Amino acid sequence: MNELLEFISNNLELIYILILAIFIGIELIKNVPSVLHTPLMSGANALSGVVIVGALLVILQADPNDYLSLGLGFVAVVLGIINVVGGFAVTDRMLQMFKKRK
Amino acid sequence: MSITLSIIYLISTITFVIGLKMLGHPETAKKGNLISAVGMILAIIGTIFIHDFEVPSINYILIGAALFVGTLIGWLIAMKVEMTKMPELVSLFNGFGGASAMLIGLVEYGNNVGDVMQSSTVIAAIIIGSITFSGSLVAFGKLNGSLNDIRLPKYNLINNILFLALIAFGAYIVMGGSFTILIYGLLFASLIYGLLFVFPIGGADMPVVISLLNSLTGIAAAITGILYGNMVMLVGGILVGSAGLILTFVMCDGMNRSLANVIFGAFGGDAEVGGASGGKTGGTIKKTTASDSAVLLNYANKVVIVPGYGLAVAQAQHVIHELEQILTEKGVDVSYAIHPVAGRMPGHMNVLLAESNVDYDKLIEMDDINPQFPNTDVVLVVGANDVVNPAAHNDPSSPIYGMPILDVENAKHIIVNKRSMNVGYAGIQNELFFNTKTSMLFGDAKSALTELVSELKNM
Repeated sequence: MNELLEFISNNLELIYILILAIFIGIELIKNVPSVLHTPLMSGANALSGVVIVGALLVILQADPNDYLSLGLGFVAVVLGIINVVGGFAVTDRMLQMFKKRK
Repeated sequence: MSITLSIIYLISTITFVIGLKMLGHPETAKKGNLISAVGMILAIIGTIFIHDFEVPSINYILIGAALFVGTLIGWLIAMKVEMTKMPELVSLFNGFGGASAMLIGLVEYGNNVGDVMQSSTVIAAIIIGSITFSGSLVAFGKLNGSLNDIRLPKYNLINNILFLALIAFGAYIVMGGSFTILIYGLLFASLIYGLLFVFPIGGADMPVVISLLNSLTGIAAAITGILYGNMVMLVGGILVGSAGLILTFVMCDGMNRSLANVIFGAFGGDAEVGGASGGKTGGTIKKTTASDSAVLLNYANKVVIVPGYGLAVAQAQHVIHELEQILTEKGVDVSYAIHPVAGRMPGHMNVLLAESNVDYDKLIEMDDINPQFPNTDVVLVVGANDVVNPAAHNDPSSPIYGMPILDVENAKHIIVNKRSMNVGYAGIQNELFFNTKTSMLFGDAKSALTELVSELKNM
């Protein structure tokens, strides 16, 4: 229990940000026309690729002789960047088709 | 963390919020996506080059190689895949994101043994990342058609017990300290749970599941963000987490079902379901030919096309556009009725039709088109089934009862193009096909429509 309280007091700012971010996420998506749900899901999916930052930190901080960390980090970066690049590219391709003609 | 990097992360976070906001409007969506992408690139470059510790060059080489390989793979897949396969692709990419979080957790576990708060975060990242990874792969396989629904007896009970066991297992590892073998056990168990979680859910509900899993990847990213005290991961992840969750609920609303019903309801493919709706669907169906249908369309004033997944599967979106153009030239008022869940994902049909240059203004959403059906001479239903099933209105025993549908039965004539009398994705028969106003035009959507087009050209 003490550990939890300590964690909360040490990370109060983090918790504020977390809660506000939840509300922003909800507000941003409310009232989006259903036409855009697929691209939106795809775009949000690309954003979740931000996990790659963590994967990069794993490799950056790994000891050069720690092959396990380096190996896992390598795979994590590959998978993360596929999520990012693929996600944004596919979303762009979908949205390409919504361009107004005439 | 250096102030430069903090500022870069701040900018990235702002681009994510703005990008997500802009994705919500048709005019700004494309730009919004680009803005977020730029923010992401900034965050990645900043992370690699700005830090206050020494990094051996071998690590840099590894990063460069990983980024190169991953970018190449992601780009190639994204560019090559057909538009009909978008939903499963999103699922696949999402699974990769989850796997990335899982691996980060695995590495960081060793570095954080002992600290209860830190190791709980690591454990949470491993559990959520693994579930997302295996769950997304199952969703991918199901949409792909390579996996079927599998339901173990009492699967809800088994899944719930397994989930509680996972939490308990995780808590035990946190409290118990350093047992490296156990962490692999937890990872393996989480992967299994992800499989069991998605397997029983019907294929038609996959979009909802993908959206939910997408939300989970966001949460996994946010959790790793807490671990590193990294703001861009935290805020980015939480944004996706809450946005994905809301999107999940919105999609459930479109089908008039609760999330619990989707996950635990095991919709579609049940033997009972097929039997329950057998009552009203007896009687005879009326077959028609392409030339008869062409005559009907040619002399109509107002035609509404209802496209469904069958159209997408047959790659008939270009032919339907041609049909629409010919009819328009002949002075017929043509529009498309788009059900919110037409295709395999909300908005999927819009993407497909937009691909074949159908005018955006001709795509009319359900609530706007429904009042127009009584004035419509001919409705042409192409490869759609459940979204035009009147059982949703008048058969309380039907599994789709209460789902908003396109009221095509109010039109004067209905032409239904289907490959056969097989049931739709929800696994139920459709009384619309037995309606006296309905004529059935059997055949693959592409060849049937091509025939229609050539008949019309000769008139």
